[in-house]
Amino acid sequence: MRRRDFLRTAAVFVSGASVSLSALEFLDPGKVLAAHPQLRWAFLVDTHKCVGCGFCVKACKIENDIPLDANVTRTWVERYVIKKNGETVMDCPKGALDGYTSKLLDQGKSGKVLVPDKEVAQAFFVPKLCNHCELPACVQVCPVGATYQTADGAVLVDRQWCIGCGYCIMGCPYGVRFFHPVERVADKCTFCYHRISKGGNTACAQACPFGARRIGNLRDPDDPVAKTVLNQRVGVLRDEYGTKPHVFYLGLNKEVR
Amino acid sequence: MVEQAAQMIVHGEAWTIKDLFVLPNEYVYWSIQIVMYPYMTGLVAGAFVLSSLYHVFGVDRLREIARYALVFSFALLPVAMMPLLLHLQQPLRGTHVLMTPHFTSAISAFGIVFMTYACIVGAEIWFVYRKFIVDSVVRLEAQQARKGLDGLLLLIYRGLTLGVRDVSPEALDSDHKAVRFLAGLGIPVACFLHGYAGFIFGSVKANALWMTPLMPVIFICSAVVSGIALCIVSYAIFMEIRKWAARHGKHWLLPDALAHGKHAVDAEHLRGVQQHEVTMTARYLLIFMTLAITLELLDIIFRGYTAVKSWDILRDVIYEHDFTKIFILQYGVGNLLPFAILLLPGLTVRRAALASLFVLFGVFMMRWNVVIGGQAFSLTFDGFMHYHLPVIPHDLETFKEGLMGALLVIATPFVIFYFLNMIVPAFMEDKDAH
Amino acid sequence: MKRHVWRPLFVVLGLVAIILSARMIYVPADFGSQERGYTFGFHRLSNEQEWQAFPAKFKDSAYCGGCHEDKTGSWEASAHAAIPCENCHGAAFGHPDKPEKLGIDRSRGLCLRCHAKLYMPSSGRHDLPGIDAERHNPGAECVACHNPHNPSLEEM
Repeated sequence: MRRRDFLRTAAVFVSGASVSLSALEFLDPGKVLAAHPQLRWAFLVDTHKCVGCGFCVKACKIENDIPLDANVTRTWVERYVIKKNGETVMDCPKGALDGYTSKLLDQGKSGKVLVPDKEVAQAFFVPKLCNHCELPACVQVCPVGATYQTADGAVLVDRQWCIGCGYCIMGCPYGVRFFHPVERVADKCTFCYHRISKGGNTACAQACPFGARRIGNLRDPDDPVAKTVLNQRVGVLRDEYGTKPHVFYLGLNKEVR
Repeated sequence: MVEQAAQMIVHGEAWTIKDLFVLPNEYVYWSIQIVMYPYMTGLVAGAFVLSSLYHVFGVDRLREIARYALVFSFALLPVAMMPLLLHLQQPLRGTHVLMTPHFTSAISAFGIVFMTYACIVGAEIWFVYRKFIVDSVVRLEAQQARKGLDGLLLLIYRGLTLGVRDVSPEALDSDHKAVRFLAGLGIPVACFLHGYAGFIFGSVKANALWMTPLMPVIFICSAVVSGIALCIVSYAIFMEIRKWAARHGKHWLLPDALAHGKHAVDAEHLRGVQQHEVTMTARYLLIFMTLAITLELLDIIFRGYTAVKSWDILRDVIYEHDFTKIFILQYGVGNLLPFAILLLPGLTVRRAALASLFVLFGVFMMRWNVVIGGQAFSLTFDGFMHYHLPVIPHDLETFKEGLMGALLVIATPFVIFYFLNMIVPAFMEDKDAH
Repeated sequence: MKRHVWRPLFVVLGLVAIILSARMIYVPADFGSQERGYTFGFHRLSNEQEWQAFPAKFKDSAYCGGCHEDKTGSWEASAHAAIPCENCHGAAFGHPDKPEKLGIDRSRGLCLRCHAKLYMPSSGRHDLPGIDAERHNPGAECVACHNPHNPSLEEM
């Protein structure tokens, strides 16, 4: 190939590349910060108080029309048993829909295991739900704008617009999303948006007899949840993903995944 | 009411087996069709790059296979979309990707890049075959009594001329320039089409196996590899069929014989062309294979060396759970074996085709190990998910996302190619053409 | 260059025009970037109202107390006062109109959610009275002996 030919070829190549790149368009992330100043929903979980009754899971499923017997759930409760030798055994049978009533830990295909009481160093429950992140990875990856965040921080799914590609399910670092078995679209916790935006409580928080779950407004200095988040040592889950989760935990430790 | 009598199977449950600590909503959501999707787009992109090697970079030795690769690439195009539609929970809403594209998502580019690419390949084929199309119109119009099929062909060809019948040398020269330009434009778009398929996976920060900036590059290299391999295999097979047809006078398999008379096709001559083209292409296959393997190994080595938090579970997946799939099937059968076959002296068409078959299998396993392997472990890093491909379908979902759906996707391009080849003969040897 | 080379481009432009005009008809008018910008707020605005209008199933214990004062008295004074009525009596939905009666969960499993003895130090479960479900009257309904509205063992 002669040099001139090569140059011409290269020019054709580069011009082609620039045309295809212009198909991509990224908008100013500064807009992201211009959120509603008065209201930002956040959730507080006190793992010390949770007893693993699973009333929250059942209430959530009934409130939000998630079939009880379908093995997916918007919220769930995990059990952590940390042994004296440092080993950790965890389980979450049916998302704790029926609570924890057995000492046997469900290990899926590997069967059930029993950790004798005398080997247990500490054991506790951790409720989980959507973190309604400030920078939700699931929303970023939706190809059609079917999932989005409201000005007050709730991450919702438009059931009429979702194409069911599952990218948001893959994109969520917390595993809170799933396909609704009846609607056949992506589904997730809404913080009971229909209840909280009318001044109510979330179904899970209301069903919790122990006050382990609370929803509140981070922007309101008198809000009990906002006060706790501000004044106490709270943690969040998997902050390494940079999503800025807004479910805060009291009593988190390093074993919690 | 919410309570229902029968156990309700949620999407993914039918083929996922959970082990140890896996979150309640975790399943293998992206199954066989998402393996097929980058595989098929890879074949499209690879076939096109092969054809461009001749058109843009003037690799003259690839002249015959280039034209075939171009037409085959067009036949593969609709099939790149098929796995996505079979995978979607709401396939009827697939057009939303074009209607309200959300460009922060890698998938949203699909609609636009895919259409751009289809237009480029379509236009390139138009320019390559314009003279043939015009000739065909003239020939068919000259026929006194047209049979039903010829009438239809004439109608198609008339439409395809787009109202231009100028085949003067100047016009053909313009065609030639246009082909060069489009082939040049097509390479970055083809790479983009496939690179972003890699980006779809590489940008998922929640997935420890997928998240690497190398992913798009690895995908492009393996795309070119698989595309070239498929062209070698199918070219060898189609040429066998043509030789057989030429010997036995089965002209319904030889569209160029229909157009130019039976003298246009000669079995002995075909054999020479086949040998030359296949062995030439095999060299390019080797070059791209080396590149692809280097990048894939770099990825594994880098992960092992840096050993971040997720490495514990990735090591379990790579070296234990998926050892056979990765090191035996993907690297052994899919890379080392064809390497040896291609490098042994005295390469024949059959051996090149055999090696290419192994390469195709290897790239398929690579897609499998990425897509399924990436979902083989839980977000908790403390549990595993085993995927069981549904073989016998018992409902729509296990058909669509099972072996049958995958076979449907594999078979479709050949059906499309058969009809496309009737209109624009992919094996036509024309010294004036481009 | 001959002019005919532009023909395919016209076809493409025609396609683009068709897609763009289809978009104008197909995409709802309120679809667009909202407060959270294009990255996080690109959606159909009316969907927010649709979610707000989602029907609630649970009321709360105060709603129950509005009619059933006779039942709430002893419960409010008991150790079970923290448990909302609807956890056992079922979600109210449109009660008392629809449904007229709620299905009460009196199952052993319901009580075991809290009172199956597990060894869970460092969790709230540790402070709850619990039984070994396999030894303590297995198979019997708890409510046969215990009063869920007043679970005090002294008053049994």
